[in-house]
Amino acid sequence: MFDAVIRNFGFLMGGFGVTLELTACALAGGITLGMIVGLGRISRNRWIYQPVTLYVNFIRNIPLILVIFWFYFVMPIIAGQPLNPFISAVISFIIFEATYFGEIFRAGYQSISVDLIHAAYSTGLTYTQTARYVLIPIAFRRMLPSLITQSIITFQDTSLAFVIGLQEFVRRASIVDNLEVRSIQLYGFVGIVFFIFCFIGSKISLHFEEKGRKTGVL
Amino acid sequence: MIEIKNVSKWFGDFQVLKDINETIQKGQTMVICGPSGSGKSTLLRCINGLEPYQKGEIIVDGESLSDPKTNLYKLRQKIGMVFQRFELYPHMTVLKNITLAPMKVLKKSKKEAEKKAMELLERVGIPDKAHEYPANLSGGQQQRVAIARSLAMEPEYMLFDEPTSALDPEMINEVLDVMVDLAKEGMTMIVVTHEMGFAREVADEIIFMDEGRIIERGSDEEFFTNPKNERTKLFLSQILV
Repeated sequence: MFDAVIRNFGFLMGGFGVTLELTACALAGGITLGMIVGLGRISRNRWIYQPVTLYVNFIRNIPLILVIFWFYFVMPIIAGQPLNPFISAVISFIIFEATYFGEIFRAGYQSISVDLIHAAYSTGLTYTQTARYVLIPIAFRRMLPSLITQSIITFQDTSLAFVIGLQEFVRRASIVDNLEVRSIQLYGFVGIVFFIFCFIGSKISLHFEEKGRKTGVL
Repeated sequence: MIEIKNVSKWFGDFQVLKDINETIQKGQTMVICGPSGSGKSTLLRCINGLEPYQKGEIIVDGESLSDPKTNLYKLRQKIGMVFQRFELYPHMTVLKNITLAPMKVLKKSKKEAEKKAMELLERVGIPDKAHEYPANLSGGQQQRVAIARSLAMEPEYMLFDEPTSALDPEMINEVLDVMVDLAKEGMTMIVVTHEMGFAREVADEIIFMDEGRIIERGSDEEFFTNPKNERTKLFLSQILV
């Protein structure tokens, strides 16, 4: 029943490898930038708050596929040469996901009492030190379930990179499909693989949520 | 020496501090009391630059807090602060809570910082809790850790913002004892509290605030037994039963 999949298994899984790589890069960049975007969103300095808020609201209100397209078609005009689709996709995802991670971090930062931040300042810690050793670690732990959920969404979103010709999992399935004409089994297989990974991810998220509730450390 | 000169502060249209004047000499303990909303905690936060004020000046050892050239981060190193709700870092052990600032700000080695932290935990009576997380400690123990965390920076001044009002009654004394010892050792302290027993024992000066103003000050038993202001009289009669 999965004959076309079995015949092209290596090729398909190579695509899945690209999907995983893309996800890893998007998450590393998106979460790191998100931490900073979140800080910008609670900044009292309007020269920081306003531009960051504009960026977040703008990106969150346009479809991801447009961000990917734009970046891929606009960057060569600015850079003077075409970008590698993988790098182009990674940067688009970081720009897009950082706004979502940023809002998660913002909620995490806002759950921290002002006096806790005052306590850190009163020991002589600077803003950067307070962010690095107090704000970010606490927000990260408190928001872990949401961060995992958003990571799963990012993983699913990476399939959109096929529109710029990146040979990730879905793209390779469609290449095989063009040759073998076995749409149902090929896309069925892709769906199953995505489902398994996302299902495991959501279970991990649930585990951390329950653990957080039980220990009450934060 | 901390000098507070004609300080006023507004939250929007609401004036929380009205023309405050006060001087705290080195080695003195000053107690601030008054009803809630009278501006006590706000005044304390202004003294180490956690809250801005709009008028007047606060000068710590000759450096004005409102002078843009003053490095607030640097100034805060010598002004420790203890909060009503302890405000320990929940994701760090007691030992890490205490050693964070000495290691990151004073660039002490881990060994040096931990040695000092253990001495301080010894001093506040809970060296056995060094590796616990704050959530596993009682309120009184958490507050003693918070005091140790401030002392680890070897501050010259200590500010206390109602340090015992979030505690169960049986834990109040363990915290007050630590504070009394500190005062007797010559630490300069400004304490917002309603613990009048503490005030009687160690305060060099007591000020009473109401609606953003200092309306009475005293330095001896007279403050308690024969206050001049009606508002102070009423307040003291309510808390000294």
